[in-house]
Amino acid sequence: MKMHKASLFALYAVLELASDPERQLSATDIADKYGISTHHLAKILRTLVRSGLVQAVRGAGGGYRFTGVVNRTTLLDIIELFETLESELDIPTPKGQAGEAVIEELQSITREIDDLTKAVLDTITLETALNSARLRAKLAAQE
Amino acid sequence: MTEQVTIRNAVPADFDAVTGLDFVGDPEEKPAYWRGIFDRYVTIGRDGGFFLVAEKSGEVIGFIVGEVRAWEFGSPPCGWVFALSVSPEARETGVGQLMLNEICQRLKKTGVTTVRTMVDRENKLTLSFFRSQGLRTGRYIELEKTLNDI
Repeated sequence: MKMHKASLFALYAVLELASDPERQLSATDIADKYGISTHHLAKILRTLVRSGLVQAVRGAGGGYRFTGVVNRTTLLDIIELFETLESELDIPTPKGQAGEAVIEELQSITREIDDLTKAVLDTITLETALNSARLRAKLAAQE
Repeated sequence: MTEQVTIRNAVPADFDAVTGLDFVGDPEEKPAYWRGIFDRYVTIGRDGGFFLVAEKSGEVIGFIVGEVRAWEFGSPPCGWVFALSVSPEARETGVGQLMLNEICQRLKKTGVTTVRTMVDRENKLTLSFFRSQGLRTGRYIELEKTLNDI
């Protein structure tokens, strides 16, 4: 699976904001932390605002804050705002029906992979991902 | 709320409460299944097997069943959790976590170092719960096929 950059950046932003829903952060705050383009992230944040998961707070000291439900929103919910997660098989139209069975089999295999990918991403909530990340950070600090 | 919940071994008198909390599968086929489970894990008491219930104010609000299985599918001894349910009214209060923690402690005392389960991929509630408790896709892949074409 190759996740689009937009999905990855959106996960960075949402997880960062959801880790403290009271906190407001600017696009630059988040972009600097993850070493990504502020310009690209700003576009992604606009999509997240339209989805209702993030609110843009105007004025001095404004920024973005998380307004979703941290234990209900899954990683797949975020990713699907930016891509469909369907494997792309660039199959030319076959001449006649000779290759049909092979093509159908390959499509069926990619569907199996896609279904598994979605089943994983759709059962990891932001809360679970954040808890795991915190545990990971704690264990790293102890080493 | 969870401080009022106690986790204890299941007893034969829990049969109706447990079957009443089982929302998976064909209800007509389940009593025979549960009679077998009660026979093996409650009445006889199988080594390395644990059947626990969560109780609050005298009412059973959840159950969990698991055991140690060795060398199935080539796997070294490992704990399996194969049944879990929490009453819809008691969900999101930590009851599932209490039961899972307790059964994991008991499994660990038998010497196993891994706990494993299997969940229908459409059962997002249970999958999300196990994920939230730190379980991840394991090293074994479940495979199946229908037998209609043979």
